[in-house]
Amino acid sequence: MSDFPLNEDLFSDEVTQEPIRAGFGRGLKTAGEANPLIVALCADLTDSTQMSLFKAAFPERFIEIGIAEQNLVTVASGLARAGKVPFTSSYAAFSPGRNWEQIRTTIALNNQPVKIIGSHAGVSVGPDGATHQMLEDIALMRVIPNMVVIAPGDSLEAERATQAIAENGKPSYMRLAREKTPIFSTPDSPFEIGKAYVLREGHDISLLGTGTMTYQLLKTAHLLEEQGIQAEVVHVPTVKPLDEETILQSIRKTGRVLTAEEAQAAGGFGGAVAELLGEKLPTPLLRIGMKDRFGESGEPDELLDYFGLTGEHIAEATKKFIDTTSRYHQGF
Amino acid sequence: MREQLTITQLQQMANTLREDIISMLETAKSGHSAGPLGLADIFAALYFNILHIDPKNPDWEDRDIFLLSNGHTIPVQYAAMAEAGFFEKEELLTLRKLGSRLQGHPERQRLPGLENTSGPLGSGLSQGAGYAYALQYLDKVLHRFVYVVMGDGELDEGNVWEAAMFAGKNKLSQLIVFIDRNNIQIDGNTEDIMPLEDLRGKWESFGWHVLEIDGHNIESIIDAASMGRAITNRPTVVIAHTIPGKGVPFMEYDYKWHGIAPNSEQAKAALEKLRTLDGKITHEGMGV
Repeated sequence: MSDFPLNEDLFSDEVTQEPIRAGFGRGLKTAGEANPLIVALCADLTDSTQMSLFKAAFPERFIEIGIAEQNLVTVASGLARAGKVPFTSSYAAFSPGRNWEQIRTTIALNNQPVKIIGSHAGVSVGPDGATHQMLEDIALMRVIPNMVVIAPGDSLEAERATQAIAENGKPSYMRLAREKTPIFSTPDSPFEIGKAYVLREGHDISLLGTGTMTYQLLKTAHLLEEQGIQAEVVHVPTVKPLDEETILQSIRKTGRVLTAEEAQAAGGFGGAVAELLGEKLPTPLLRIGMKDRFGESGEPDELLDYFGLTGEHIAEATKKFIDTTSRYHQGF
Repeated sequence: MREQLTITQLQQMANTLREDIISMLETAKSGHSAGPLGLADIFAALYFNILHIDPKNPDWEDRDIFLLSNGHTIPVQYAAMAEAGFFEKEELLTLRKLGSRLQGHPERQRLPGLENTSGPLGSGLSQGAGYAYALQYLDKVLHRFVYVVMGDGELDEGNVWEAAMFAGKNKLSQLIVFIDRNNIQIDGNTEDIMPLEDLRGKWESFGWHVLEIDGHNIESIIDAASMGRAITNRPTVVIAHTIPGKGVPFMEYDYKWHGIAPNSEQAKAALEKLRTLDGKITHEGMGV
């Protein structure tokens, strides 16, 4: 069974919720205490991205850049060359949305260990609307060589992931959600860059989730169980490098796969899994995510419902998928 | 440390860099001619006088940092690095070839002595500002300096002005920037494409100490760097007026030479001009 302890109140209405970015804020402060080389740069969104905790603890290691995202990452590149470990934060729509080339050239090709934190990713940003709901960041970042891409599932995991990327010596991107997100992990749950975790075992389908969608998939599996379907839930917080072994092992068992992400499925996590399966294990695949469209204004819960990104909607889609597709048989 | 060259020797070195550039570009059959030739005097002054560097120990922890922002002018930096002893001169002719450490645009990880990767314009100043910030505020190391060379055409980039504001705000006094003011970019003259003037006024208003020099006068270049190091409350920008294609008469002032390399015949003519200082001396007289 899974060695990833789950929150016992997972399916309760009183499940503890917290914005993922809060975990980043705590993790950065902890990482800063452990490593004096860590510096933090922000583009006029210090509270909003939760860098304020680090700033309060280490004011001399905090650098305000102003509303200038190209400068944000390129100054960070220079700091990294000077031996520092820079964390940069802004909304994902602006960084890496606006400064992708600078990230590509001065960080990734230059191989500098700059950490790019994109907050307010996904449609659950809510009322701010499509301009601020970053959906293309996973696709944009995972195609850059040298870049690590992480989408933590909840605030506790974001805290661990922040500390992990602080010490990985590589260009790294981490996406964070704005709104309160249910906590499905525990303080004892593991996090290792490049590892996927089986949260729940099953044999009818593999449900692969990244970021906030893993919680929804746990709900999906819970609902499907009532209908006699045993779904395996695999949490994939690291989109790159992808834990191919864990993913393929699960799919060999189930013969069907669904991916879920709060991002464009094309080129995103679903795209990454499709590439993997296409080459190594062709398998019927259903991608849940944004399908070639922008988001829009609304309350976060309304939007998740509207775009079919809730456990209930995904359970429905999964049932239909299972009813209409046959399993992959080779190797059974 | 290293033996200091006299002004005359530095002038001769600049000429040698120009010869290297022509040979490299001719062999590579592509690349940029005008910018590197125009920057030869600045690079001779940087690599043989201004920069505290050790070619045998490129990562020397007390070194000055040099960043080339307009990466397309890299042939002049490769030439200066080879002449300074970072690597053998023969390697210059591998420029732009498969497997070469001398990429068409500089890649830090390929060649020891390069401090950054550049080519896409407008990002070098930010990287220099980041490094200078680390020295001044985080490490409090005050005797090391960060030098950045930028083109004038690349000042069209918004990223440059974000960096200029940041450096001005933080009074990054260990940051010294040379702008190669040669008035050309790919599509034509800078003032036709996107006017940069009042260039001095722009930088002053961003909180910089501004110097203007003849970018072919070695003494002026060295003096400007010295002044930049002496100014302790602001970053310094040196607007170095240069002639694109300098030293090769048929290339001088002509923006069409921005992005192309000489063919064999043109290279032969260019080397002849350089080796005889445009007919003023004989080959034998050079002795370099």
